[in-house]
Amino acid sequence: MKKRIATVSLAGCFGCHMSLLDIDERLLDLLELVEFDRSPLNDLKRFTGPCDIGLVEGGCCNEENVHTLHEFRANCDILVAVGQCAVMGGLPVMRNAIMHAEDPLRECLETAYLDSDYVLNPTNSIPNDPALPLLLDKVYTLADVVKVDYQIPGCPPSGETLWHTLDALIAGRQDRLPYELIKYD
Amino acid sequence: MAICERFGNDRTRLLDILLEVQAQFRFVGPSLMECIARQISTYRVEVEGMVSFYAFFSDTPRGQVVIRLCDDIIDRHAGTGEIARVFSRILGIGFGDTSPDGHFTLEYTPCIGMSDQAPAALLNERVVTCLTPERAEEIALGLMGGLNPGELELPEGDGNNLNPLIGSTVRNNIRLRGEVLLGEVPADAGLRKTLRRPPDQVMEDVERAGLLGLGGAGFPTGHKWRMAADTPAERRIVICNADEGEPGTFKDRVLLTERADLMIEGMTIAAYAIKADGGIIYLRGEYAYLRNYLEAVLQRRRDQGLLGAGADRLGGFDIRIQMGAGAYICGEESALISSCEGLRGEPKNRPPYPVESGYLGYPTIVGNVETFCCAARILDRGAAWFRSWGTKASPGTKLLSVSGDCERPGVYELPFGVSVRELLDLAGAPDAAAVQVGGASGQMINMSQFDRRICQEDLPTGGSVMVFSARRNILEIVEYFLDFFIEESCGYCTPCRVGNVFLKQRIGKIRQGLCQPEDLDYLRELGRTVAETSRCGLGHTSPNPVLSSIANFPLVYAALLKENRNGREASFNIQSALEESRHLAKRRSMIYDPTYDGD
Ligand SMILES: Cc1cc2nc3c(=O)[nH]c(=O)nc-3n(C[C@H](O)[C@H](O)[C@H](O)COP(=O)(O)O)c2cc1C
Ligand code: SF4
Ligand code: SF4
Ligand code: FES
Repeated sequence: MKKRIATVSLAGCFGCHMSLLDIDERLLDLLELVEFDRSPLNDLKRFTGPCDIGLVEGGCCNEENVHTLHEFRANCDILVAVGQCAVMGGLPVMRNAIMHAEDPLRECLETAYLDSDYVLNPTNSIPNDPALPLLLDKVYTLADVVKVDYQIPGCPPSGETLWHTLDALIAGRQDRLPYELIKYD
Repeated sequence: MAICERFGNDRTRLLDILLEVQAQFRFVGPSLMECIARQISTYRVEVEGMVSFYAFFSDTPRGQVVIRLCDDIIDRHAGTGEIARVFSRILGIGFGDTSPDGHFTLEYTPCIGMSDQAPAALLNERVVTCLTPERAEEIALGLMGGLNPGELELPEGDGNNLNPLIGSTVRNNIRLRGEVLLGEVPADAGLRKTLRRPPDQVMEDVERAGLLGLGGAGFPTGHKWRMAADTPAERRIVICNADEGEPGTFKDRVLLTERADLMIEGMTIAAYAIKADGGIIYLRGEYAYLRNYLEAVLQRRRDQGLLGAGADRLGGFDIRIQMGAGAYICGEESALISSCEGLRGEPKNRPPYPVESGYLGYPTIVGNVETFCCAARILDRGAAWFRSWGTKASPGTKLLSVSGDCERPGVYELPFGVSVRELLDLAGAPDAAAVQVGGASGQMINMSQFDRRICQEDLPTGGSVMVFSARRNILEIVEYFLDFFIEESCGYCTPCRVGNVFLKQRIGKIRQGLCQPEDLDYLRELGRTVAETSRCGLGHTSPNPVLSSIANFPLVYAALLKENRNGREASFNIQSALEESRHLAKRRSMIYDPTYDGD
């Protein structure tokens, strides 16, 4: 039976998904072995059933991220945090540096939308459409919120790294990434 | 600036310069930094780096009297909390604050080497011990009434603490005298015999005695001397490590008080053996009350022709005292050397080892106070005599500093190989449930392990033995030790600077009941990583309390861990994570507020 895979980008930049495309013609091999369930790659927005593997890019910065992550945890046997944002928070987590301020979230929004020298905001308002998910008090890594089975470092992890990961998971191998793939300097 | 001139405007004496500037001006602000830097021809940032590194320096004015209350785990158990409230109430300031009139600063400090008479505090250089709320109140009222710390009426200490040059309220609490160190010791008998023999034979005696360093690491002393002697150099240096910063250790305090001559004799013998002409005693800032006495002993020995220009058989070997400034890491030998050189107390890369290139680049041996005392005894009585105590790999006796939940805390001189149980019996600790052997960086053992032996082969210790009864919370103790390491890490390398914080966070979560059994794997793995990848001994040993308590107190952990069935982290609370946002956006969550049904 083909393994069922779901993927999602939470507070990420889609770079990790782009990197998956870097496995080039091996995509065809991959499709022989797996079937994609919920994923931006096929634009499926809901789970159609339980999955073997969930790949999650990005950490959690708002309530929708948490909700989606809970769905992934509930539906995927193996949950993989892919990339720096999912593992450690990445760029978005920089907003946690102002956590020590009096009113950190307000300060963060005001800097981003009103006060910064580089902002052009004629209405001088902070976006607050009811359809916008509420922000969390700070950015959380995936492992802060749910149990994570594997963490894949890199920003983004190279196509080679992702291929190595998927290859092992699909074959059901307990594996470690070879040194060359996680050495960055 | 006269202070800089007194030290010859010497960049390498920056620590001494700053100690005096801090004492005189009560702070080292930006303009003082600028001025010092110009005078000793260095950069302001170098001076600022020193001020920010050492706990005793401050870039904002501190009070005329700085009160440092020991907040270590032993003192907490002995009632620091209540003492703190008394000081705070009467002086009208919180901890970390200086009173607006500039009279008082109130601070917490880790172990000040008085764990056998806890709770203890420093009032500038004066030590006060065995604090009760009543005594704390008397002291605080006395200080408020305008008395100097030196003028306060305090109970007398014992032994040489009564010497007018020490004049301290500290008690030695010597509970058991062995024959090597705390029994009768004839003056300079070892040195006299040394001077009759060639240096090589002196080193041979120390090697044959099998003396291991007694400061914690247990490196063979004779071998260390030999390596320094074998390195060609114009000068060599002997340093005595009297930094005694490991929480729960106070045996060097007793040796410095009662056996100062023996220690200096040992240093002199070492200098003769390796042909060193310079000596330094690195005395922790908390023991400043012993400085005048030690200076007087050094001076008397110069007058006797045993040190300095008059000591021609010793190539003019002389010793200076280097005061520390409140940094545990400066007990690590290469950090200690940095500190003596007027640098931040950061460990150095090895190799080269200090025996090859140490203080100012000269071959240097760093030895513990007790080690030098033992060396002097070995040269008097011989290697075989020394080996008649202890075990094969750990010959001799060891001074053990016992503190915590026991009837007779204090110093015990016992042969290596003594079991923890024998020690507990002597100290009167029938309800001991856990013993931390080796200080914060040591091992925590349980009752079934009390037959283990204190020696290199089994349980090594620099001297600290902390006893905890069943009333104590093991994880509170572990968490405290991590706090200690987080505070004292020099911050140079990431595994130690960051890893210890992560260890502490996870222990904190476990204590709140928010963790699962897998979190122990995380702690073990992270602990191993910190130990293996850190740069110096601090990081190599800081995970020990975590790792040993997991191994030896599994039920304490098991009681707090819950299996996680739905894969969600119990410590993550979506409601509180959204609170601020709801308030700012002035709306409710479409997903997580009650109207939402199911996920
Ligand atoms: C963080 C740290 C703190 C230390 N503190 C002390 C100390 O206070 N006193 C001491 O003698 N050795 C201390 N040591 C051990 C010294 O690095 C060194 O091994 C010792 O002074 C050598 O003397 P010895 O061979 O006579 O024991 C410490 C080591 C580390 C890693
Ligand atoms: S890890 Fe890097 S590539 Fe991946 S989502 Fe984050 S920022 Fe983008
Ligand atoms: S292990 Fe800790 S104390 Fe040692 S060098 Fe690294 S950061 Fe500094
Ligand atoms: S003086 Fe407080 S624990 Fe040592």
